Amino acid sequence: MPFPTVSRRLFMSLLGSAAALSALRPAAAAEGELKVLNWQGYGTDEKWALEIFEKKTGLKVVHDYFNSEQEMLTKLRTSPGVYDVVLMNNIYVMDAVSEGLVQPIDIGKITNFNDLTPALRDSERFVKDGKHWAMSWVWGLTSFAYNTQKIHERPDTIQVLWDPAHAGRVGWRDDALESIQLAALATGQDMNHPADLDRIKTKLEALKPQIKTFWSSEDEWNKYMAAGDYDVAVYWSGSAARSKKAMKLPVDFVVPKEGAIGWFDGLTIAAKAPNPDGAAKFIDFMVSPEFYVRWDTDVGAPASANAKANAELPPDAMNRAILGDPEVVKRVQWMAPLSDEQRQKNQELWDEVKTKLAQ
Amino acid sequence: MALPPRQRVEVFALTAPAYLWLAATVFLPLVAMVYFSFLTAVPVGGRTASFTLAHYISFFTKPIYWFNAWRSIELGIYVTAISLLVGYPAALALSRHVKGRWREAIFLLIILPFWSNALVRTFSWTMVLRQPLNLLFTYPAIVIGLVHAYLPYAILTSYISLQAIDESLIEASRSLGATTLQTFFRIILPLSMPGVLAAIFLIFVPVIGSFMEPRILGGKDAIMLGPIIEGQFTAAFNWPLGAALSFMMLAIVLLMLALAAPLLRRQLGSS
Repeated sequence: MPFPTVSRRLFMSLLGSAAALSALRPAAAAEGELKVLNWQGYGTDEKWALEIFEKKTGLKVVHDYFNSEQEMLTKLRTSPGVYDVVLMNNIYVMDAVSEGLVQPIDIGKITNFNDLTPALRDSERFVKDGKHWAMSWVWGLTSFAYNTQKIHERPDTIQVLWDPAHAGRVGWRDDALESIQLAALATGQDMNHPADLDRIKTKLEALKPQIKTFWSSEDEWNKYMAAGDYDVAVYWSGSAARSKKAMKLPVDFVVPKEGAIGWFDGLTIAAKAPNPDGAAKFIDFMVSPEFYVRWDTDVGAPASANAKANAELPPDAMNRAILGDPEVVKRVQWMAPLSDEQRQKNQELWDEVKTKLAQ
Repeated sequence: MALPPRQRVEVFALTAPAYLWLAATVFLPLVAMVYFSFLTAVPVGGRTASFTLAHYISFFTKPIYWFNAWRSIELGIYVTAISLLVGYPAALALSRHVKGRWREAIFLLIILPFWSNALVRTFSWTMVLRQPLNLLFTYPAIVIGLVHAYLPYAILTSYISLQAIDESLIEASRSLGATTLQTFFRIILPLSMPGVLAAIFLIFVPVIGSFMEPRILGGKDAIMLGPIIEGQFTAAFNWPLGAALSFMMLAIVLLMLALAAPLLRRQLGSS
């Protein structure tokens, strides 16, 4: 009976595969490390800022990135105890709270708390049961930007995206919600509760001769704009500021007369964050004028939720000149949370539109 | 397997880690996805889920899903056919006319693309396709990018079958008066069929599920079932529908395999 020798071999091989499996587990956060989950290139990963923060607190910040908000939620759901600070669009925060993905923030640790604009800081999208589940960080608009070398007169209407003069030279983001909301604005509807979805669909299908290609990240947008693929492209206000300043692209952001999509982002602490103390310190640094003013001036940023920080910007900064203009703010429609069912309907409509665009 | 007991145990011991590994990394997630595909919602965050067939029914009742499944299959056919049309003659030339060092050098060149990341390769194609070809963001761009990615499979599997052909069979066919073309169609092609069929499945299956290359190279033409499934997971948070669509795709592949089985058995049996 060769059994004993074989069983040892078997045992060794089992041991080997067990060791290999355990190597797959995400490594526990190293001491003095802070893990941040955000879009790439969206402020928290500015190198100079992380150097300042490390000097102040001794904490080394490492990043993980997402390409869609659902990806962010999936990462939080499937990797508890990995992330400390997570960026969240306001419309997802209460979903994350009810799923137990985030923890309340101790406002005593946020020294800049009193300088944050109350309308954002105390919004019901962030505050529940008297607790702050997200700290308001920045806000901005989704609309479009144009190439100032290709279009010489500043467009004032969203219809420029459908203008045959720019056929085959339009950039669009491959995102169901944003597409439907922009088409709602273009057809004069309430973007959160559009009454006529057929008109929205027809409007989106009319983009067939217009779109050059879809973009999905700021990096892609910059690449396509630099390569001259786009005359005009859907974009975010903060990113437009960055493309102009940091990437030196000849672009300008437009808030058209039909209005723009408004959004505000918060910073949250993950429910099982390994370092909640460090997370609060990092959030406090992120909402401080010290970080924000340099971010907007050197790199380009959305508007700050910190009134003091906005006031310290130079008077010609886009975030003071355009987003600070009450006439502009009046035209903004604010993005509202939506249910899983609505999201599914949107996705289906958008997939149908994309199928039409391809034929 | 007609192996003596001792050897049988050894074979088991040697293959067990691989099977365990496959079970843990492939089979278990797949089972979880089968389970999800019959649920009304992902059961996380207090969502209540119940059993449903709705996602599988959607595939048949909603044109966007079966139409895009067809777009995926169509792409798979183009890429597989072109890869073989280019790869098979290359493999034939390699096995018949290239010898020694040169053969090694050429093999190295064929395998070289595998050493770079697929994403990097795709992005480098964007530069070539933009200028001078002016094909970027079109359907042909997707086909070119995917053919480049999968061509090595066509060459390598065809080559393995071709170099195993007994030289004396070809000499016999010549001495019996067959022309080059006759020798090719009656001796070489049938004997190399196992390699060609392996290439077809190695290329066709991943291509119909591809979403990265279409998205980067194809612009508006990128929409297929692969990107739609990706959207269900990353944008709509509808894992059940995404999973159901994936399994429908798997079912289509299995069905095609079953239809090809008689042909496969005949070809493999005769060699």
